[in-house]
Amino acid sequence: MTPARRTSALKGGALLVVVVLALLVPVFAADPATTNIAVFTTMYVGLATAWNIMGGYTGYISLGHAAFFGFGSYALGLLLAHLGIAAGYTPFLFVPVAGILTVVIALAIGWIALRTRAATFVIVTISCMFILQLLAENLVGLTGGGSGLSFPVPTWSGDFFNTPYYYAMLVLALVGLAVSAGIRRSKFGLGLLAIRDDEDKALAVGVPARGFKLTAFVISAALVGMIGAVYGYYVTYIYPQFVIDPLVGLSMVLMVFLGGLGTLWGPVVGALILEPAQLWLSYNFGASRLYLVFYAAVFLVVILLLPRGIVPSVTDLVVRWRHGSAAGPAGGSSETREALAAPGVRSP
Amino acid sequence: MSLLEVDNLSKKFGGVTALDGCTLSVEPGNITALIGPNGSGKTTVFNLITGFASRDSGDVRFQARSIAGLSPDRIYGLGIARTFQLARIFPRLTALENMLVPVRRAGLRGLFSRGQWHEEKSRAMEMLTFMDISHVAASLGGSLSYGQRKLLELAAVMMARPQLVLLDEPAGGVNPALLERIGEHIRELNQQGVAFLLVEHNMPFVMGLCHDVVVLHRGTVIARGTPSAVRENPVVLDAYLGA
Repeated sequence: MTPARRTSALKGGALLVVVVLALLVPVFAADPATTNIAVFTTMYVGLATAWNIMGGYTGYISLGHAAFFGFGSYALGLLLAHLGIAAGYTPFLFVPVAGILTVVIALAIGWIALRTRAATFVIVTISCMFILQLLAENLVGLTGGGSGLSFPVPTWSGDFFNTPYYYAMLVLALVGLAVSAGIRRSKFGLGLLAIRDDEDKALAVGVPARGFKLTAFVISAALVGMIGAVYGYYVTYIYPQFVIDPLVGLSMVLMVFLGGLGTLWGPVVGALILEPAQLWLSYNFGASRLYLVFYAAVFLVVILLLPRGIVPSVTDLVVRWRHGSAAGPAGGSSETREALAAPGVRSP
Repeated sequence: MSLLEVDNLSKKFGGVTALDGCTLSVEPGNITALIGPNGSGKTTVFNLITGFASRDSGDVRFQARSIAGLSPDRIYGLGIARTFQLARIFPRLTALENMLVPVRRAGLRGLFSRGQWHEEKSRAMEMLTFMDISHVAASLGGSLSYGQRKLLELAAVMMARPQLVLLDEPAGGVNPALLERIGEHIRELNQQGVAFLLVEHNMPFVMGLCHDVVVLHRGTVIARGTPSAVRENPVVLDAYLGA
């Protein structure tokens, strides 16, 4: 077996183990407290992965993705209410519909926001999020306004209650990862990375930057919208400030930065560290929002010590350790190798 | 029929007239130089041809079809490639990936087809070998020397088999040995049928390489002809030496 094959076999095996372990979580730890942590952690794995498709690959930092999270949530809630769908498993079937509706709103927001670049884009995405929040609050006839929107509540038993939501979140996270990996290995993904590096130069070599960015934005938003839909059904009651929450948008960004911006696994690592930590802080120090201080501290540490995030830094350490310190950076960064793993670019 | 026709092109930036009725053409299979003193509008001509700036009046035609107002990516797709004044490559992509970015025809098949991806990859390696930089294929663009970046940029724009390549100062900032290599590469590509329009200040390089020279001064073409004819032209000497 060649080293390259052995590495990919190892990676495939590791991936399989992780997926099987993830599938077994509700079997090993059936108590609601643990499955609740599992639901939220998986949710953020999905959110961070989805956000990274836009923010990580194209370098366009959206701080307004909470808009799509809330929109998807409202979309499912209203669908269930208007179609008179009862609690149970059926609502999960409407999650993709919420995703499609999110595509529509993301096309509109993306079409406007992507006329700008850099800092202006960040501001426009935040503004769009607050506009959506205001709309949710003021279109009382549609959304129920400030008094919120209730979802049908399933009659599942206490120990089992969280399990279906956990698997729904897991499926969405895995779909997100598969989409992210597929993009990373395609010419489309390479175009996104080129836009991140130098958008005008990308245009000059034929990359239709606007179409590419909008596509990435919409894919990213649709995944976030579907996750928001499952979230709404899980918490059973939503209102505008709660579900179109800037902190949700900031959390996914922070997780990606911590794990490694623009890498496939960085968002997963970031979410697996930050979300359980945040929940632990909430349990132990009450609802005191102490976790916000914690988030700020993490952000400072990332900026100061790990500006590239955990995954690239650790991968470089491993490479250096394998090749001896003399090799230095000649092995290229993890980004290089991850990119070289793309089909056809693999070395023989 | 000319390959590229720039027809009476004008462009103002605020109160500054960058181009004032500029007319020039590039013949198929030719290497044409666009020379002129600093600020004469050379880069503006490039930006207007390749869609990076919009014209005030006039027209640009490629293969008898107007391309004025098209976006840069569309223009590249039609077969006009360009390089930038200071070699611009993607620093966080490897040299090989830099080669694979160019998109001649967008569309789902082109973007996700594995067969085409393999084909492009082998062509990319061929081009890197042709430019003598295949040994840095796996290195990040940002870690390459300036000379390697220049060669990589030229190699990458050739990926979509353009008919016309616009080079903005190919000789700028490169040592004499590399300059000779760049000249050879341009000549070889030209023999394969690629036409070039280049902006350049290095006169010996221009005179040795180009079939045609167009002289721009204050946004207007003041002379054009063979290198030797232009060199002798008193109007040109006047513009350069500043009468």
